Amino acid sequence: MLLELSQVSASYGSVPALGNVSITVGEGEAVGLLGANGAGKSTTLRAISGLVRLTSGTITFDGAKLAALPPHKITELGIAHVPEGRQVFPEMSVQENLEIGSYAPRAKAERARSLALVYAIFPRLAERRGQLAGTMSGGEQQMLAVGRGLMLKPRLLMLDEPSLGLAPVMTDVTFEKIQEIHKLGTAILLVEQNVSRALTLVERAYVLESGRVIMQGQSAELAGNKDVQTAYLGI
Amino acid sequence: MLETLAQAVINGLLIGGIYALVSIGVTLIFGVVKIVNFAQGEFVMIGMYLSFFLATQFAVDPVVSLVITMPVLFSVGVLIQHFLIRRVLGQNDMPQIFLTFALSLLLVNLALMLFSANYRTVHTWYSDEALHLGGLYIPLAKLFAFALAMVLSAALWAFLHTTDLGKAMRAAAQNREVAQLMGINPNRVFCVALGVALALAGAAGSLLMPFYPAYPLVGQVFVLMAFVAVVLGTLGNILGALVASLMMGVAESLGIQFIGADSGLIVVFLMLLLTLALRPSGLAGGRAR
Ligand SMILES: Nc1ncnc2c1ncn2[C@@H]1O[C@H](COP(=O)(O)OP(=O)(O)O)[C@@H](O)[C@H]1O
Ligand SMILES: [Mg+2]
Repeated sequence: MLLELSQVSASYGSVPALGNVSITVGEGEAVGLLGANGAGKSTTLRAISGLVRLTSGTITFDGAKLAALPPHKITELGIAHVPEGRQVFPEMSVQENLEIGSYAPRAKAERARSLALVYAIFPRLAERRGQLAGTMSGGEQQMLAVGRGLMLKPRLLMLDEPSLGLAPVMTDVTFEKIQEIHKLGTAILLVEQNVSRALTLVERAYVLESGRVIMQGQSAELAGNKDVQTAYLGI
Repeated sequence: MLETLAQAVINGLLIGGIYALVSIGVTLIFGVVKIVNFAQGEFVMIGMYLSFFLATQFAVDPVVSLVITMPVLFSVGVLIQHFLIRRVLGQNDMPQIFLTFALSLLLVNLALMLFSANYRTVHTWYSDEALHLGGLYIPLAKLFAFALAMVLSAALWAFLHTTDLGKAMRAAAQNREVAQLMGINPNRVFCVALGVALALAGAAGSLLMPFYPAYPLVGQVFVLMAFVAVVLGTLGNILGALVASLMMGVAESLGIQFIGADSGLIVVFLMLLLTLALRPSGLAGGRAR
């Protein structure tokens, strides 16, 4: 397994946010982490990145335990986290945002090649390379956030609600790009509330509710499941 | 009259360069580390005493002694971040305010104990020299100070915009959490921010030494101006701090020239109050860079 969470619990102060979450992502696999607002999806990604400390459980990446590592060391292992709400650096240009995406030593040497790849996948970013990131549209900022994640040459790309706040057309474009990145061999952990859309992209998925995994399975299986249909697909 | 005005503006710009070195340091620390360094003026004082001793003991010209005061104060900044400020980050405001405030008092009193309250001056070959342009009078020591202050400011700007470490500092200033996701070690970046800010304060000290006396409380003159410039120039904005510092130097000088010798600071603080009332986010407006 590339990534393995085993019985992970975490809390904000005394308020528990995750309870015994166990999920895995295989090498090159695309996995979904689905659920309603407040289910604990972002907290799960933040726990993996080291931004939230575990109260119990273990996380391993390629066999190495992540628990004691600070966030910047976890990034260095090749885990890119594209945060919820895009969070590009607003006062830096598009190109500077991308460059800083390859700040980690593992990615720095490959910067020129990564930049060319990102610009090939997102030609729009190439057109806007000199523009301040904060002045771009939401869809463009999302492309930049994903592109910035790719600059790490990640082994695992974690995306937190990339469709959040985007027009349906932009959502389609974003999912096509993610599909394209996945086809290049990058493992993906996709967090989404847009369950139907996410299930077309990932191979497997977990459903979170109140910080616990309540369901898991192959995408087709989940899409056909009655409970999933009524709770998340509006069928 | 016109000549008097031009002379006052020049005097103001020349000293404004020194204010800029101090205020850029304050705004850099605030922008990146998110703390207010009340002790910034004391590092100017340390820079001055260091230059004073290098000049009197080893005959090093104060301006040349930059190459010593800057690295020494850079190291002091790194140590202060690593061993003091790091401990209070992430706590509420009070420990942070008290930490740098206590540091300021400690350094002033140490200086009083070690060097007494006497004024110390260094006389160089250019201390009494000046350029005469038309009817204008440009003291050489102040011209050197201004020129080097501008060079150092430009160098900082280039560092922040062209190097990876500089970009990492800007990224951390804009979004600390996401900066960590980029592989940036926040403490490392904060150490560099403190180091650079203190190095600039040290440079200000060295550049002042040929025309300004060193004494334990000298930092307070400059830190006051720096704080006003930092607010006027929008907190965290380096270019804003630079422009505001020059403006304040000029305002102070015009006040002294046309209102009276004691009016310089009154004019400066009037500017601050007006700005806060009319444009609370500073003249540059918007957000930190
Ligand atoms: N910074 C925080 N402080 C306190 N509680 C938080 C914080 N972030 C999230 N929570 C709580 O943790 C739970 C899980 O949140 P989150 O992981 O953001 O959910 P999701 O991403 O699935 O919408 C929610 O109940 C939320 O209110
Ligand atoms: Mg979320």
